[in-house]
Amino acid sequence: MNRSKSKFWSLLLIMVLIVAACGGSDEESPEASVEVENAEESTTNTTQAEVETGLSGEILIDGSSTVFPITQAVAEEFTIVNPDVNISVGVSGTGGGFKKFCPGETMISNASRAIKDKEVALCEENNTKYLEVQVGIDALSVVVPSSNDWATCLTVEELTSIWVAGSSVSNWNQVRSTFPDVEIDLYGPGTDSGTFDFFNEEITGEEGSRSDYTASEDDNVLVNGVSGSPGGLGYFGLAYYEENKDVLNAVQVDDGNGCQPPEAAFQGNYYLARPLYIYIAESVKEKVEVKAFVDFYFLALDEIVPAVGYVPMLSDQKQAALDAWKAFSQG
Amino acid sequence: MIENNKLYQDLTKTYTRPVEKIVKFFITSAAFAAILISISIVFTLLTEAINFFQDPAVTFKEYFTATRWTPTFKNPEYGVMVLISSTLYIATIACLISFPLGLFSAIYLSEFASKRTRKVIKPVLEILAGVPTVVFGYFALNWITPNIVQRFLPGSGVFNALSAGIAVGIMIIPTIASISDDALKAVPNSLRFGSLALGSTRRITAIKIMLPAALSGIIASFILGFSRAIGETMIVTIAGGQYPELNLDPRRAMYTITSSIVNVSLGDTPHGTTPYNALFALGITLFIMTFVLNLASDYVARKYRKEYE
Repeated sequence: MNRSKSKFWSLLLIMVLIVAACGGSDEESPEASVEVENAEESTTNTTQAEVETGLSGEILIDGSSTVFPITQAVAEEFTIVNPDVNISVGVSGTGGGFKKFCPGETMISNASRAIKDKEVALCEENNTKYLEVQVGIDALSVVVPSSNDWATCLTVEELTSIWVAGSSVSNWNQVRSTFPDVEIDLYGPGTDSGTFDFFNEEITGEEGSRSDYTASEDDNVLVNGVSGSPGGLGYFGLAYYEENKDVLNAVQVDDGNGCQPPEAAFQGNYYLARPLYIYIAESVKEKVEVKAFVDFYFLALDEIVPAVGYVPMLSDQKQAALDAWKAFSQG
Repeated sequence: MIENNKLYQDLTKTYTRPVEKIVKFFITSAAFAAILISISIVFTLLTEAINFFQDPAVTFKEYFTATRWTPTFKNPEYGVMVLISSTLYIATIACLISFPLGLFSAIYLSEFASKRTRKVIKPVLEILAGVPTVVFGYFALNWITPNIVQRFLPGSGVFNALSAGIAVGIMIIPTIASISDDALKAVPNSLRFGSLALGSTRRITAIKIMLPAALSGIIASFILGFSRAIGETMIVTIAGGQYPELNLDPRRAMYTITSSIVNVSLGDTPHGTTPYNALFALGITLFIMTFVLNLASDYVARKYRKEYE
């Protein structure tokens, strides 16, 4: 009797473990596992902020296409518990997002770089006060199609020679003499993109970017372009590479200290790593649903950021961001 | 003219009830609304385009001679020829496909097809005209490009002019087929029967008699098709790419006027800046191109019209 009872419990335990393992390995729906975790949190750990439910209203978000996957995943989760809140997340690029955020057309702006002086001035002009919150770290990925077997690692100088304004590089063998004679096909984000700004700050510097490449604010267009062109080369946020690993290879970047893949950003060793932000307008203080959304954002961050393919912040970074938000929302 | 008819004048004079006046007012304003809208569109395009050319960074000469269209970059260049040549290039590919296919199907439909076949084929052609262009765009990108272009022209990019041109061509087949068909149908039967009575075969009747007789309508359909190909937006944006430098290789991406308008306005270009005004310069350029073509189509239709009574 006793033995069969313990057998029953061990069987149950195994089943629970299997279910948990399946949930964990299911990359397709990172949201599902988040939900489980949040449910646990709200029942077992009452000291944690509970997720408010039954809210309604509209939350307007726009900005970086790099931060988009994070915010979109959080928004999807949030609308499961609050189905009456309509959240729209646009992808105008970081610059395009601020152009709407400062005049008050949006409440939250996704940004893959810090706000520029020009944009600070625009916000001041419109009397929009805001809070900058870091939500994660991106390892900007330089990608080639998976058929490319030569460009496994490029130095910063080589990247500069390819992308700098006025560059005449049009063939892979001009990048490095050992590379094959294949025409190079460049894809990159448009000028409204924070990814564009960051890449060119780090790689092309004062000279600026060359302009004779296929530019699009839509990262999926870039994925399509690079993966389908034998000589393709492009760059965008890590999440879009992670999602398309089967058709793309990430190029390692050598900044003089050896070749490092984008994943090295987890150890803080990747040259093109950068913080990702959301900007929250002060006017949302009066809006319960937006406040609840941002609270929820922090709650979901640990799960969602790695699930969509980015690097999570260190715990003290996250605590600082959370403290700043608490002070901002209550002050 | 009916207006000069005495009886007509008398009759219309007696009907002056208020309902008549109100109805007349509404239908007249409907007709004038179209004119008013056209005028205000041209006016808006013109005023903003003038702002563009007044910008010291832009000159007329550069607009037509520069070989790059990169308005939002650090050292902007405004070479509209890149866009015009891409636009005409893709439209030409489209015409090479749609002119023969459209015309042949029109000849078949009006001269050879039995009533029953015609009843089936004509609606199917019209369904083709009803397919949303965004569907054609993804069809070009995901089917024509890998299965046709990249198979027969190795080294083609994912976004290429040929694939976009083929899809635009398919899109305008119904326009050409149905207008040419109407033109052929409008030729009086006396000509058709006369030719057959003199011993000509159906082939000779179609090619030597019907085709020349309907020529004005057929040419008008070609010009209209070409002008639709120039104005086509979605297909070329999705499948044609956004490569901003002068390029005449059909295997590579191009940048048409319409897709550059889409692309620049996507990034929320701020009002009043040069890239913003450039959109309107492009708009007026495109407008002039299609306007001239439509005038030409009208002229051709008038000049070569043969009156059969």
